[in-house]
Amino acid sequence: MKKEITYRETLTKGFLKENPVFVLLLGLCPVLGVTTSAINGLGMGLATLFVLFMSNVVISLIRNFIPAQVRIPSFIVIIASFVTVVDLVMAGYTPALHEQLGIFIPLIVVNCIVLGRAEAFASKHSLLFSMIDGVGMGVGFTFALVLLGGIREILGNLSLFGLKILDTDGMILFILAPGAFIVLGLIIGFLNWRKKEV
Amino acid sequence: MSTRKSSFFNMVSTLVLVTGGAALALGFVYQWTKEPIAQAKIEKQMRAIRSVTGEYTNDPLSEAYQVARDKGEGQRFRHKEPTNEEQAKGEKKSEEVLTFYPAKLTNDQQITAISAYSDNGYSGRIELMVGIDENGAVRNIEVVSHLETPGLGSKIKDQDFIEQFIGKTADDFDMRVTNDGGEVDGISGATISSRAFCEAVQQALDAFNETKDEKRNNLSGNLN
Repeated sequence: MKKEITYRETLTKGFLKENPVFVLLLGLCPVLGVTTSAINGLGMGLATLFVLFMSNVVISLIRNFIPAQVRIPSFIVIIASFVTVVDLVMAGYTPALHEQLGIFIPLIVVNCIVLGRAEAFASKHSLLFSMIDGVGMGVGFTFALVLLGGIREILGNLSLFGLKILDTDGMILFILAPGAFIVLGLIIGFLNWRKKEV
Repeated sequence: MSTRKSSFFNMVSTLVLVTGGAALALGFVYQWTKEPIAQAKIEKQMRAIRSVTGEYTNDPLSEAYQVARDKGEGQRFRHKEPTNEEQAKGEKKSEEVLTFYPAKLTNDQQITAISAYSDNGYSGRIELMVGIDENGAVRNIEVVSHLETPGLGSKIKDQDFIEQFIGKTADDFDMRVTNDGGEVDGISGATISSRAFCEAVQQALDAFNETKDEKRNNLSGNLN
């Protein structure tokens, strides 16, 4: 029997209960790569949010039209199109951020969270639910990236959103790749510990 | 899930429609963003030029010219036939091509902004804009693009590091890091980045010094 879903659940599950980064552990490549500062995390999160939302909308709309055997290639083409849109628009209107995020913008195509939601949710649910799911998951993803980026920026550079907190050098380790693993591991550990407590 | 059968015709027609629709949509977005992207590139270039020259009264972008030297020991820079941007992209691998942007300041001083680069960064190419005055002294340096480690090699962008080059000429300052016997105080933990930075500055100075006489000769030649 299929479980009944509610709007509220669909919207909020991406934040903590099914957070794409902290719980589902999907799309970790950009998560670890770009979160050297809070602003990078925010930019990447919002770009992914847009792609997630738009691809969920389109895929939900044409879900009854796509034959099952070619659904994955169709989804990928749709996702890749929206990623290209984001890439072009960012290059034109936010060149500085576009340069910072570099290769990670085109790589949203292969972020499994986007295809994951398309396959697991949008292709089986109505337009409204898919839209809510896209927003919920996108916000959860953005939240995770900003949190991770923020912590790494504070520890590694002693600043937040580019504003200096203390005028000395931070712990470089947290800006470098190992810092991403350490912080992510600690956050996941903390969340699991909280879950057990409750 | 889908109500349509995965018959050959259904699959082919669906994929044709999906890819066709995507191509059409992307075509529109490309047209729409073409202008802003080109504009953003020019603005970035202008910002870099302005930051190394100061306020200028001419249009350095339209007066830009190129110099080049073959790779290898003992090669000298020479003026290069003007090429448009398309051709410049397919530049010969055996040549180092630099672009000069001459800027005339309000006080009649002439500063040349040179886009120089080094491929010996910690993770790839470092591109600089180096402003050089008529006497061959560095006025200011701006890092245009780099892929160095954030928080480590990326400190080549810091004014603290760049400061030590300002006002120096190739003659009175050894543009190598102290580790290599030069006079540049490198960034601790980022010697490779510092070294590449120095290399690009040296390249700009070489290009400037080696072509400035040539240019004078050309000018006097025209006068005769």
